[in-house]
Amino acid sequence: MAAAVTGLGIAAPTGLGIEDCWSAMLDGRSAIRTVSRFEAERYPVRLAGQVPDFVPSEHVPKRLLPQTDRETRLALMAAEWALEDAGVDTGQRDEYDMGVITASTSGGFEFGQGELQKLWSKGPGYVSAYQSFAWFYAVNTGQISIRNGMRGPSGVLVSEQAGGLDAVAQARGQLRRGTGLLVTGGLDASICPWGWVAQMARGDMSRERHPERAYLPFDRAASGYVPGEGGAVLVLEESEAVRERGQHSYGTIAGYGATFDPAPGSGRQPGLRRAIEVALADAGMEPEEVGVVFADGAGLPEADMAEALAISAVFGARTDPVPVTVPKTMTGRLYSGGSALDLAIALLCLDRGVIPPTANVTDPVPGLRLDLVLGEPRPAEPASALVLARGHGGFNSAMVLRASDTAPH
Amino acid sequence: MQRFSNDDLGRILRDCAGEADAPAWDEDVLDTAFTDLGYDSIAILETTSRIQQEFGIRVEDEAVADLDTPRAFLEHVNDVSAAHSE
Repeated sequence: MAAAVTGLGIAAPTGLGIEDCWSAMLDGRSAIRTVSRFEAERYPVRLAGQVPDFVPSEHVPKRLLPQTDRETRLALMAAEWALEDAGVDTGQRDEYDMGVITASTSGGFEFGQGELQKLWSKGPGYVSAYQSFAWFYAVNTGQISIRNGMRGPSGVLVSEQAGGLDAVAQARGQLRRGTGLLVTGGLDASICPWGWVAQMARGDMSRERHPERAYLPFDRAASGYVPGEGGAVLVLEESEAVRERGQHSYGTIAGYGATFDPAPGSGRQPGLRRAIEVALADAGMEPEEVGVVFADGAGLPEADMAEALAISAVFGARTDPVPVTVPKTMTGRLYSGGSALDLAIALLCLDRGVIPPTANVTDPVPGLRLDLVLGEPRPAEPASALVLARGHGGFNSAMVLRASDTAPH
Repeated sequence: MQRFSNDDLGRILRDCAGEADAPAWDEDVLDTAFTDLGYDSIAILETTSRIQQEFGIRVEDEAVADLDTPRAFLEHVNDVSAAHSE
């Protein structure tokens, strides 16, 4: 059996929905701008990738508006789109045969900020009862589960930017254990003052003022990352069942590896290379068979170098270099949503035969030995893709995707 | 003392938790369970805290569990209010 991806729901700074996001990314149109969701002028970091044109009341039932953070509203919309894309009628399925496993990095920060403000300015009686769950990491999973009547195995993964891959890997595990359908992926949205200062505390956000110069992974001018909001939701089903019902599949989850970095100063190697090797072994594939790598792209010189070394350690012996791309240069880093969106974009790349470019990077660090796809999309017919993600604190995850062998429609 | 009316309850619930699953918020909803109107226990808890803010009537969280229809809820709120003002 294989875990096939039959549905995608995208809520990204580069666009709402598959087509808007995909066309912006093929054009290399970056969505990184000055923050408009709050007054960012007084902060040292002012740029972000924000989801445009999202009107919650158009996508979320009125009943749910008072109890949901922005990230949950986006997740509910993306889940609905993904299920629609997969041609799934949830009412026709056994509710215990459908599960929800998503990733989250910060939970509902903006909602939480509002309630904390009420607590301090007015008192405990004014804090919404909905704060009890609206802030929580598992809230997207819970609301998707309730809204769509899914009572199968469910959970949440919290491993920062690696979360999107880790959640999909967990979902694949539940598919193998017999659940028929999993809604999975990751989505974060915490562009509000409280979320902003929490992210700034890490010290690795870019202070660059020019949007096209702020987030430049593998470039000599790399100066940190730009944060963003959004992510993607995927529908996973067993490939035989997908074939039987004649449904299109974007590709399959062929392999996965996750490692944790050793403590700083231990002198031991970082874990990314091993995560890639484990993922390839899990897929039963040789490095030669990988058609494209979607890199993590930290945007920090040391971390970029570490990633380049891991990639070249695995793929360096190939006669033809493997193309490497970082489309998240157009969205910023979306935390758990970032690696979920990378999976969605990589699946579209396999399905449609073109590699989206890395935006704004013009001056790669010499000696990186990476075949970066810069500026323009690159036509290709990759049979498989490798997606890499590193989460703050030492998480490394790698996922191998294989192109669908069903005819595209 | 101002009575807490069914219209007040409908308005506050709508505000806290969105429209009810009913054609209109009138006499017909009085004996319908909150759950059948689409309101769960957290919606009712949220409603009691808004009632305290707006009307100054304090309904204990423990009492709410047994108040499963608008009629039972209204009677309790007005009993508490009357007891308080005596």
